[in-house]
Amino acid sequence: MKNIYYDNAATTKVDDRVIAEMIPFYTEHFANPHAVHSQGQIALDAVEKARETVAKFFNCENQEIIFTAGATEGNNIAIQGVVNKFKENIHIICSAIEHPSVLETCREMKKRGVKIDYVPVDENGVVLVGKLQKLIKSNTVLVSVMYANNEVGSVQPIKEIGELIKTENEKRDKKLPLYFHTDAVQAVNYLDCDVSELNCDFLTMSGHKINGPKGIGAMFIKKGVKFSPVQFGGHQEFGVRPGTANVPGIVGLAKAIELISSEGKANFKKVKKVRDKLVKEISKIDNIKINCDLSTSLPNILNVSFLKAEGESILMMLDMEGIAISTGSACSSGSLEPSHVLSAMGRKPEWSHGSIRISLSKFNSEVEVAVFIKALSVVIEKLRKMAP
Amino acid sequence: MKYSETLLDHFKKPRNQGVIKDADAVGEVGNIKCGDIMKIYIKVDKDKEVIKDVKFETLGCAAAIAASSALTELAKGKTFDQALAITKDDVVAHLGGDVPAVKYHCSILAEEGLQSAITNYKNKEK
Ligand code: FES
Repeated sequence: MKNIYYDNAATTKVDDRVIAEMIPFYTEHFANPHAVHSQGQIALDAVEKARETVAKFFNCENQEIIFTAGATEGNNIAIQGVVNKFKENIHIICSAIEHPSVLETCREMKKRGVKIDYVPVDENGVVLVGKLQKLIKSNTVLVSVMYANNEVGSVQPIKEIGELIKTENEKRDKKLPLYFHTDAVQAVNYLDCDVSELNCDFLTMSGHKINGPKGIGAMFIKKGVKFSPVQFGGHQEFGVRPGTANVPGIVGLAKAIELISSEGKANFKKVKKVRDKLVKEISKIDNIKINCDLSTSLPNILNVSFLKAEGESILMMLDMEGIAISTGSACSSGSLEPSHVLSAMGRKPEWSHGSIRISLSKFNSEVEVAVFIKALSVVIEKLRKMAP
Repeated sequence: MKYSETLLDHFKKPRNQGVIKDADAVGEVGNIKCGDIMKIYIKVDKDKEVIKDVKFETLGCAAAIAASSALTELAKGKTFDQALAITKDDVVAHLGGDVPAVKYHCSILAEEGLQSAITNYKNKEK
């Protein structure tokens, strides 16, 4: 039996072409890119070439791209960086459905005296811009809203928020700016990431969600943005992210981005076709609820709830069939709280309880759908029969 | 978090799963917070106060389903006194002893489910 991997929002398979690009930087051009000798210079050239590729993708200047270890680090650099710079009596707004790397960083900033507000979302998991506007105060220094949600795939009105923040800034005296950060981890594969259109000051992403390697990411920091670095010990990456550059990772990340530039549109269509087929088949099961507006959400994420079947049990039974998915059930959360995203969308606990996330990539095929649906139907029936 | 072989075996092939149509008593417990429900059906030998048969229905995680299954194996044929003495630790031990810490409360659910069924029976007989 062939495995089916439907957990691409967690991580993706590295594209063979990415690996091919990386290998020489382990075997041949392994020298430290910060060394003066010519072997080091070869590595440095590769890093700078990669920076150019990434900058082109985000439509920004090369110096506005920082290589990080991933989006969690990037989110920390952005949020803590702004807090460290402006310190006293400041206010941050983030959405209620952010990734833990934003939510928990904000919670930590709260301990340091920063006021935090959370913008609510509608029933489809989309941030209410009107509410956001009302939350902005004269001491708000940062708004953090993800580009697309990792659990349900809802796409956020980033351009609109960017515009809103731009207007707010025009009203302010320049001493205290209002910055806009977007975690674009799930968006990079499928959405337009031109930062000049998004009007953001910080944008973060990870390599491993785009068929690139783990442990590498990139962030855009707009020229002139004021923040204090949170790590020290070297001049690398303009002093923002010190430490010897992960050359193979950087080269791999750039290749993965290059592949999105050339193949992203086709992949969007391919993945959406598979998802639509899944939706059609899953809809034949009774007592289900799709947790998103599929006409506007990411093409690769499908979050669906089954009444009277618990998510972790669904996950475990599918796992026995070689199928990997994830769940927003309270049972699998450790804290026994249901998914904060589904709760923010107003989903009742009994629906969150039976929620699963199917997340696709370009490597998933339509052929798998039939196999998956067959297994899923059996699992749901089995669990429902066991339930009181 | 990783489940043991024994636990997964109970999850895959739960013992005594189902309904006793003419049950003498039913216990229902649940964890409102995470949405789990467990229902324990018992058939009783009135004179001896022995649990002749026991079945379960559970909506919950793999550990909860396995704990229900283990509980029914432990409770079958036991006197009330013996059955009431079954604790979550017995359930955990029956599952091979290796239940993830975050999943302990699912075994408590099983312990309480049986107790609730017996209490309901006694109240009815009064
Ligand atoms: S039933 Fe919810 S954690 Fe076990």
